[in-house]
Amino acid sequence: MAYSSEDLATMDSIIKRYPRSRSAIMPLLHFVQSRVGYVNGEGIELIAKLLTLETAEVSAVATFYTQYKRKPVGEYHVGVCTNTLCAVMGGDAIFAGLKAHLGVENDGVTEDGKVSLEHIECNAACDYAPVVMANWEFYDNQTVESAKDLVDSMRSGNPKPPTRGPNTLVTWKEASEVLAGINDGKAHEGVQAGAPSLLGLRISKEGK
Amino acid sequence: MTTSAIVDMITVVIDGFEVSVPKGTLVIRAAEQLGIQIPRFCDHPLLDPVGACRQCLVDIEINGRAFPKPQASCTIPVEPGMIVKTQLTSAVADKAQKGVMELLLINHPLDCPVCDKGGECPLQNQAMSTGRTETRFEGVKRTFEKPINISSQVLLDRERCVLCARCTRFSDQIASDPFITLNERGALQQVGIYEKQPFKSYFSGNAVQICPVGALTGASYRFRARPFDLVSTPSACEHCASGCDMRTDVRRGKTLRRLAGDDASVNEEWNCDKGRWAFKYVTAVDRLTHPLVRNGAGVLVQASWPEALAAAAKGLKENTSAVLVGGRATYEDAYGYSKFARVGLGTNDVDFRSRLSSDEECEFLAAYVVRTSTTYRDIDRADQVLLVGFEPEEESPIVFLRLNKQFRKRALKVTAIASKLSIGVEKLKGDFVKVAPGQEAAAVAKQTLNAKSIILVGERACESAGLLTAVAALADSTGAKIAWIPRRAGERGALEAGAIGNLLPGGRPVADAAARVDIAAVWGVPSLPTTIGRSSDEIFAAVNAGTVGALLVGGVDPLDGLHSDDALRALDKAFVVALEIAPSEVTMRADVVLPVAAITEKSGSFLNWEGRARSFDAAVHDSLNRSDLRILSMIAQEMGTSLNLGTVTAAAKEITSLGAWDGERATMTSVSPAQAPSVSGDQFILTSWRRLLDLGTLQQGEENLAGTARQTVAVISPGRAKSMGVVDGELLKISTSHGSVTLAALVEDIHDDAIWAPRNSRGSQLLVNLGIGHGDVVTVVKI
Amino acid sequence: MSKLTPVLSAHWDEKDSFTIEAYTRHGGYSAAKKALAMEPDAVIQLVKDSGLRGRGGAGFPTGMKWGFIPQGDNKDHYLVVNADESEPGTCKDMPLLMANPHVLVEGCIIACHAIRAKHAFIYIRGEVTHVVRRLNQAIEDAYKAGHLGNGVDVVLHVGAGAYICGEETALLDSLEGFRGQPRLRPPFPAIAGLYARPTVVNNVESISAVPAIINNGAEWYQSMGTEKSKGATLYSLSGHVNNPGQFEAPLGITLREILELAGGIRTGHTLKFWTPGGSSTPIFTQDHLDTPLDYEGVAAAGSMLGTKALQIFDETTCVVRAVLRWTEFYKHESCGKCTPCREGTWWLVQILRDLEAGKGTEADLAKLLDLCDNIMGRSFCALGDGATSPITSSIKYFRDEYIAHMTQGGCPFDPVASTLFVGAGV
Repeated sequence: MAYSSEDLATMDSIIKRYPRSRSAIMPLLHFVQSRVGYVNGEGIELIAKLLTLETAEVSAVATFYTQYKRKPVGEYHVGVCTNTLCAVMGGDAIFAGLKAHLGVENDGVTEDGKVSLEHIECNAACDYAPVVMANWEFYDNQTVESAKDLVDSMRSGNPKPPTRGPNTLVTWKEASEVLAGINDGKAHEGVQAGAPSLLGLRISKEGK
Repeated sequence: MTTSAIVDMITVVIDGFEVSVPKGTLVIRAAEQLGIQIPRFCDHPLLDPVGACRQCLVDIEINGRAFPKPQASCTIPVEPGMIVKTQLTSAVADKAQKGVMELLLINHPLDCPVCDKGGECPLQNQAMSTGRTETRFEGVKRTFEKPINISSQVLLDRERCVLCARCTRFSDQIASDPFITLNERGALQQVGIYEKQPFKSYFSGNAVQICPVGALTGASYRFRARPFDLVSTPSACEHCASGCDMRTDVRRGKTLRRLAGDDASVNEEWNCDKGRWAFKYVTAVDRLTHPLVRNGAGVLVQASWPEALAAAAKGLKENTSAVLVGGRATYEDAYGYSKFARVGLGTNDVDFRSRLSSDEECEFLAAYVVRTSTTYRDIDRADQVLLVGFEPEEESPIVFLRLNKQFRKRALKVTAIASKLSIGVEKLKGDFVKVAPGQEAAAVAKQTLNAKSIILVGERACESAGLLTAVAALADSTGAKIAWIPRRAGERGALEAGAIGNLLPGGRPVADAAARVDIAAVWGVPSLPTTIGRSSDEIFAAVNAGTVGALLVGGVDPLDGLHSDDALRALDKAFVVALEIAPSEVTMRADVVLPVAAITEKSGSFLNWEGRARSFDAAVHDSLNRSDLRILSMIAQEMGTSLNLGTVTAAAKEITSLGAWDGERATMTSVSPAQAPSVSGDQFILTSWRRLLDLGTLQQGEENLAGTARQTVAVISPGRAKSMGVVDGELLKISTSHGSVTLAALVEDIHDDAIWAPRNSRGSQLLVNLGIGHGDVVTVVKI
Repeated sequence: MSKLTPVLSAHWDEKDSFTIEAYTRHGGYSAAKKALAMEPDAVIQLVKDSGLRGRGGAGFPTGMKWGFIPQGDNKDHYLVVNADESEPGTCKDMPLLMANPHVLVEGCIIACHAIRAKHAFIYIRGEVTHVVRRLNQAIEDAYKAGHLGNGVDVVLHVGAGAYICGEETALLDSLEGFRGQPRLRPPFPAIAGLYARPTVVNNVESISAVPAIINNGAEWYQSMGTEKSKGATLYSLSGHVNNPGQFEAPLGITLREILELAGGIRTGHTLKFWTPGGSSTPIFTQDHLDTPLDYEGVAAAGSMLGTKALQIFDETTCVVRAVLRWTEFYKHESCGKCTPCREGTWWLVQILRDLEAGKGTEADLAKLLDLCDNIMGRSFCALGDGATSPITSSIKYFRDEYIAHMTQGGCPFDPVASTLFVGAGV
C-alpha cells in the first residue's frame, strides 16, 4: 500500500517530535500498524528511508517489541492476561474458553478477520483481575462468559465498550494511531476511574 | 606507545600478583599482562565493551570495599587499590564462570565434529577449561533452520551462536555497515539480516573471523579443512596499498584461506573481503608452468629455460628496449626491474604505472611523495582530512576503517572533493565538495587546512590536469601533510625502487648527476643513462613509432590504460619478453614467456601507502616457480651483465646499502587546470572509479565474493533525471565515439554535469567500452 | 482519623478529574508557578529535604538523583519519566494517569526547572490505549494553557510491549530508537543518559508526588511515613481479597492494616502467600502480615518494597503454578542480551514445568536452586535476579508443596477453586 501525502506529512511530524530522528522509530512502527494493521516490509523500508537507517536496524527494533505484529491481526485484537494473578483468578479459564469458542489458537485470527487472540502479560490492572484487553483497551473483571459475549459482540460488528475506555471500542488500526501519538479526540470519554481505583479514597472519606 | 606520551600507570593486585597498567586498562587485559587468562566471548579489544556474555566474571574489591557480586572483567577499568580475584583464587568467580559456561552450552548443538571452527574454537576451548564434563541439562534445545546464507559468502548457524554480538558490533562500530543486527528477543534473540538486504559489507569477513564459535562461516572455506591440517604463514596483502598484515593458511600446497593479521599500527585486526577471499586467482587460472618461445612459424611453444633465457636476452639486446612493470610487483622485484632497465638495457624507460597517468604525476611523485611518510597514526592525530581523487572505502579500505574509527571516536572532519557522493564518504558524514569532473583543482585551492591536516590523494588525481599542482600548492601554503594512496600494492615500492623514468632508487632524481653517481657506485657500473625515461603510454607510442623495438613486461594488463588499442598494437609489434604467472593479453603477444612465482610462492615485501615495509615469506614452500627478480638476474646473466640480485635477501640488502639520498628533492612544474567542457542536452561529463569488488584480475574465480559486489549502476543527479524523465532502475545508454554501455540509472547526489559509472565492473568496463575514464564528455540517452 | 492519606488520589472520584479544568480547580499548576519562582537548587533541596524516594521500586532518593546532574555544563539535560509500568502485580501508575494525568505534567515542569532541562519525555507502556489518550490530551491542554511550551516541552513516547524497558537504561535505548536492552553503567544516566546527555529518569509516582511537596513543604511530607521512608505512597492490593484496589497511605503501613480496610481475604479463605512489591520481590506469607511496608522493613524481612504491588493469594493457589507462570513471564521478557538471564530463564521454565507436572525429583529442586544461584547476581541487569526471587522464596516457604507435586505425580490443586468465578458455572 502506498502512503498518502497526508500520511507522509504525519510521519514527518512524528519525526519532528524528537531531537534525534531515530527516536521516532517506535511511533512510526505504530503508525505503520495504523495503516497496514501490522509491520510489513514496505513499512520497514519506508521507515529506514525516512530515518536514514539500514533496513536491518529497523527490523531489529520491530522484532524486539511484542506489540509490533508480523502478520495481520483481527479488527479487534483480544489479549487475555495469563500472568500469574490473572491466570489464577480466571485468566487461564478465559483464555481456554476463548480459544475453544473462537476456534483459534494463541496468535490466531478468526476466519472472518474480526478477532485475533493472544495471551498477554500483566497489563497493570491487577485490581481488576481477571483482565482482558481488546485493542489495548481495558475490559475489567472478566469471566469466561463475559469474554465470550465480548468476542461475539465484536464478530457481530457491534463490540461492547471497554470498562475503562472510550464509549465505543475503536479498531486495531485506529488504536495503533493513538499509540503513534495521534489524538483521536476520545480522551474525555469513559470513566475517570473504576471502583477499585477509588477504594482507598472512599474508605478514607469514610474516616476509616 | 610513543615515549613522549605521559601515561598514568595504575597498580592493581590480581590473584595475589601486582601489575601496573595504563589508566583505563580493563581488568581482563590487566590480567593478561600477568598471564592470567579469564575466559570470555563478547570481549574484543577493538570493540566497545558490552559485558553481555558474562563469562569473564571475577571478584573485585577496591580499597577494602568489595563488590557484592562478581563483575564482568571486560567492562571494568582498573582503579587504584583494586584487588581482583579471578577463577584461580575465588571460588565465587570460579562457580560464576562455570555457571555461565553451562548456560552457554545448554542450547549449543555440540556439532563440533562437523563444525569448521572445531579445533580453533574459543567455545570449545573454554568449555574444556571452564565447562562441566557432563551436562545437567535434560530439556529441549532451541533449534533453528541451519545454516542460512546472510550473503553469498557468509553463512549463519544460529544454533551455534552464543549471542556475544561481536559480529553485529563490528559491522556497526567498525565498518558502519549495520546490515546484520540482533533480532527478536530473549531466548529467541538471533543474529540476522533484513530479508531483502543481505550482509553486503566489504568487511564482512572480519565478522566471521571474530566469531568465537562456528556461527558465522565463510562459504569458500566451509567444510574444506581442519585447522590442524593447515600450515599458517604470516603474509602481507597484495591486493591494495593499505598494507594489511595477513595470515595465509595452506594445506598441501594450496591456499585454503586467508585471515587478517594483527598489526596495531596498520590494519589493527581487520582486513577487507577482497584481501580475505580473493586468492584463488593463483590456482583458478591455468598457471604458466614452462617457458614459452615463439617459433619460426610464429607459434608459442614450450621451451627449456636456457633456450628461453637465450631468446629473451638476444631480443632485448638487439633492440632498443624498455621495461613495463605493473603496480603489483614486490618492492624487491620492482627494484630488479628498475636496475635491469638501467644496467641491462641502459635506459630509464621503465614505468610501473600501467594505468592512467600523467607527467604532472611523475613530477608530483618525485617532489612530494617519494621518501616521505604520512601514516595511519597521522590520521589518528589529524584535525581534518581532505580526500582528493580518492574514495577510501573502494580504493584503500583499511584507510577507510581508520578514518571511520576517528570519525566515530572524535568526529574527525573529512572533506571529499569529487563529483559524486560515495557511500564511504556518506558513512563518514564527510563534507562533500561537489565539482564537475575535471574541475577539482579549483575546489582544492579553496580549502582551508593547516599543519595538522592531511590530504589523501588517490592515483586518480592524475586524471584531472592541474589537480596535483593544486594539491602541492595547498600543502605548501598550509603545511598540511600529503599522503599519496595508489590502489595497487606495489606502486609505492616501485616508486621508491625507481621503477619510473624520472627517478632512480631511493628517490634520487635521474636528472641529478650526483644521484646517478651514487647509484652507479653501488651497482658497480661506470655510469647510468641520463635521459629521463618515458611513461608507459609514451613507451607504447614509441614502439608504434618504431623507436623502441623490445619490451620487457611483467604483471601488466594493457587494458588498464586509456589507450589500450595502442598498447595492444605495440605489444603485437615489439619483441616482447613477458614475466607472468598465467596467460594474458601480454603473453599471447609475447615472443618469450617466462613463468614466475605467484605472491604466495615467494618472499618479499610491499611498501604500503605509508611507505612502510610489509614483508612476507613464501606461504607455499614447495613451489618450483622463481621470483621475477631471480629471472631478471638470469636474463641479465645471459645478456652478459650482472644484476647481482640472485635472491630477495640480496636485493633487500642492496636496497638498504643505498642509504638515504641527501641531495636536492626534485621540484614540480605547475600545470594549469583544463577548461571545463560545456555540456548540454544529452551530454554529460563522465566520472568513474574502480570499486573494491569488481572484475579485477585478482578476483577471478571468486563467485561468492563477487556476489557481494555493489550493483552496477549509472548515477545521475535528480535535476538531470527529472529533465530526462528518468527514474531509478531505468536504462541509460552511455556512448562515446569508442563505444557504449547500457546501465540501470540511480538518481543520487552528483554534480548536474556528471554521470558516474563503475570503471571495471560487470557490464561497465569503461576504459575498454568507452575508451575514457574521467573528465570526458559522453552522450547519454534513456532507453 | 483515617490511616489513609489520599493526596495523588484525592480527587479521583470526581467525574472530570482528568481534565485541566478539574486539576486547576484543585490548585493544579500552582506548584509549578511557585517552583519556577524558586532557584532550581532550592527546588532540589526541598525535594531532598522531603525525603521523597523513587517509587519505581529501587527507592533511590529523588532529590539526590536530581542533584547528580552536572550544572553549568552547557549541555542539554533531559527528564525522562518511566511510565512503563509492567512488573506483574503493579497497577498504580496507570490508574493515576487515567484519573489525573496533569499532576505528572506539572511534576515534569518542576523537575525540569530543578535539573535545568528543557525537554521531558514520558515513556509509557504501549498496551494502554486509553491512558495514552488521557496523557496525550493533558499534554495538549497544558500547552494550550501555556504551562508547557514556555521553556519546557513534554513528549509522550509510547512503548510497544517490552517489560525490560522499565529498566532505566533499556528505556533510554528504546527511546533513542534502539532495541530496549540495558546499557553498561557507568556512565550513569545522570552523566550520559538520553542522547548521551545528563538525564534524570524517574517513576511516574515520584514525579507526581512533587507538586504536593512544593505546595505543602518538605516538613509536611516528612511528617508521613517512617524514619527513613518518608511520605505516602500508592499501595495496590489485588488477588484473593474481598475488595482489591488502590490505597494511598503513609509508608510503613502493614498488610494487616490494609487488609482490614479492604475487607480482608476472600471470604472463607486464608492468606497463603503474597508479594510486597511485584513478582520480582521475594514472596511473603502470613508471617509477614505485620511487616512495615517501607523500604527498610520489607528489606529486613528478606524482600523488597518494590512497587508496593500487594498480590494476595489464598490457600486455593498452587505456589508451583504461580511461580512457573512468573518464570514464563521472565523468559518471555528477557531481552536476550546476557547469558544467565537469556539461557537461564529458558532452562528454569523447563524444570518448573516438569515439577508442576509432577515429573520432577528432589534432585531437580536442588538443580533449580543451583541454577538460580548461577543467575542471581550474574546477569547484566536486575531482570535475571528478579526471575529467581519467586523461585527461591517459594522453595524457602513451600518446599513441601514442591515435594507434594512429586509424590502425587501432578498438581494437587484444583485450578477452578482459585478463580473468582468458582461455583459460577464456568
